[in-house]
Amino acid sequence: MPVDTSNMTKVFERPRSLTDARFTYCPGCHHGILTRIIGRAIDDLDIAERTVGIAPVGCSVFAYLWYRCDALQVAHGRASAVATGLKRARPNLIVFSYQGDGDFASIGTAESIHAANRGENITVIFVNNQIYGMTGGEMAPTTLVDQRTTTTPEGRDPKLFGYPIRFSEMIAQLDAPVYVTRQALYDTRRINDARAAVKKAFEYQVEEKGYSLVEVLATCPTNWRMTPVQANEHVRKTVTKVFPLGDLVDRGT
Amino acid sequence: MPKGTVVIDAERCKGCGLCIAACPQDVLAFSGNLNKSGYDVAYMEHPEACIGCAFCAMTCPDIAIEVFREKTASAS
Amino acid sequence: MGTRQLLRGNEAIAEAAIRAGCECYFAYPITPQAELLEHMARNMPRLGRTFIQAESEVAAISMVYGAAACGVRTMTSSSSPGISLKQEGISYLAGSNLPAVIVNVVRGGPGLGNIAPAQCDYFQATKGGGHGDYHLIVLAPSTVPEAGGLTMLAFDLADEYRIPVMILADGMLGQMMEPVELPDPVDLDSLPAKEWATTGAAGREPNIVLSFDLAPERLKEMNLVLQEKYARITQDEVRYEETSTDDAEIVIAAYGTVARIAKSVVRMAREEGIKVGLFRPITLWPYPYEPLRALAEKVETVLTVEMSAGQMWEDVRLAVCERAKTPFYGELGGVVPTPRAILSEVRKHAG
Repeated sequence: MPVDTSNMTKVFERPRSLTDARFTYCPGCHHGILTRIIGRAIDDLDIAERTVGIAPVGCSVFAYLWYRCDALQVAHGRASAVATGLKRARPNLIVFSYQGDGDFASIGTAESIHAANRGENITVIFVNNQIYGMTGGEMAPTTLVDQRTTTTPEGRDPKLFGYPIRFSEMIAQLDAPVYVTRQALYDTRRINDARAAVKKAFEYQVEEKGYSLVEVLATCPTNWRMTPVQANEHVRKTVTKVFPLGDLVDRGT
Repeated sequence: MPKGTVVIDAERCKGCGLCIAACPQDVLAFSGNLNKSGYDVAYMEHPEACIGCAFCAMTCPDIAIEVFREKTASAS
Repeated sequence: MGTRQLLRGNEAIAEAAIRAGCECYFAYPITPQAELLEHMARNMPRLGRTFIQAESEVAAISMVYGAAACGVRTMTSSSSPGISLKQEGISYLAGSNLPAVIVNVVRGGPGLGNIAPAQCDYFQATKGGGHGDYHLIVLAPSTVPEAGGLTMLAFDLADEYRIPVMILADGMLGQMMEPVELPDPVDLDSLPAKEWATTGAAGREPNIVLSFDLAPERLKEMNLVLQEKYARITQDEVRYEETSTDDAEIVIAAYGTVARIAKSVVRMAREEGIKVGLFRPITLWPYPYEPLRALAEKVETVLTVEMSAGQMWEDVRLAVCERAKTPFYGELGGVVPTPRAILSEVRKHAG
């Protein structure tokens, strides 16, 4: 028997910068939470009319469907370079790229590093779930040692395939980036922190401060072969030991 | 009257269970009702305990939940 | 503005792009087009425009994609191996209906090859090099002034048809110097607005730039849009030049630098009494099949000469079929055919 809400205040609703489209992500996948956070940031800063999003190749290929903003879908790995071209051409646009660990940290390694090194005034969202979701669960550069994936069926062997790459730490070494942070979404407190971080990353672009990178540890329940709740726990207990949370660089204040 | 209540969009819910785990008041549970996509939709099993904290809505990856709180007499 | 300058081919292309209103230029250094990059590096910032030396040719074509999507005139340049790197990006540009100009100053190949001039990227330029059913408009200048003029035309065609346009030059054209008088700069405010561009969705529905649809029926529709566009371009944008073909018995088919050399051969052959003409395609895509077919009805021989193993030769044979003999003379590896060598071939086929 639903409660009559007519005498109540609505305290949580869908961000107005997001369309009504239903997300195509798997049950429990953190892409949806992050998308909502981005929509909230665009709402808070009131920038929907000049924001252009860049969708990658991967599970979030459909990202262009989620925002009431102009958007591009671009070649795998190239979002940071496309963002560069877009922002240089029309600096008044608020440009964000949204990339998975294959897009950002494997095939897009050069573009990711050099956009950061040039200090492009863009906001880069890097979703790190330590696996390639869309293509069926292959190893990512960020896959943990001993983690089973379709291309590391016996577990990732560092002697053969190296170690999980801490890309944000690499970007943090560069002189230009103004904000580099790693966040997570496995509980409400982390979601709140991530929301503040994403908003800051967009705010710095609005204030023309330079390049921001928000790495977000996310889950892939489907390819991790876990329930969404188990997947959240895996991030909390295990993944954060390999990828520590927190701000690596904040030169914006 | 409970301090809060939630409205879950049954067709957006994917039965992931994150809201159930996030709720500090154990309000939510799987309903056993499947939506058109075949997902077991979450529902308020203990609506009287809801405090309108919105933890469920914050964690819902499908933005399927709206949250309401009772209007309080004191201004905030 | 309206002054004659002595310019290298590479510089003429760069300066022409600036006059055409190119706002963003992204490229990676590669020989033999360095002067193009350098001209842009010196001049674009001075004009308040964007110049980026990208981290690779792949990054450069991706930057072009971003700039093109929000509606500005944008260009990249490279040479053969770098153009190979750009192929995925080019396919994306074509599939997304984005205007852009891509300059290929062709060098010897395959692989690293060398830095001498060649024409061995014809297939890559005209038959796809990237994946999928798409075409670029391909323009082949044969003199430095023409390189400038075709570059300005390229930006207009790109915008008009929402298509990437390639300038197919070669290392000799890129390096040689000639007096050039380039047209006045284009007034960008006079150009039609690009309603489809991602300029920020203020007061309108969002514009989405993409080349993707999971549903085969809808991707088919997207492809039909491209095909219909290509049909219009094939109808309306063919460009070619005929020299001394009215009474010719032998016609040389050549483009670019080789066509320029062939003009000397035409003169030399006629001095010997051989009736030679030249058929010079200017658009390699759309290829001037019809005019060449018509010409082939009247001549004995169409001799294709290229700095390749015979790439345009296939299109010549397609146009000519059985109407005339279609021999080939090619040079490989960056070797440039001399007028004397070509004349020697002509003599072999003379009556």
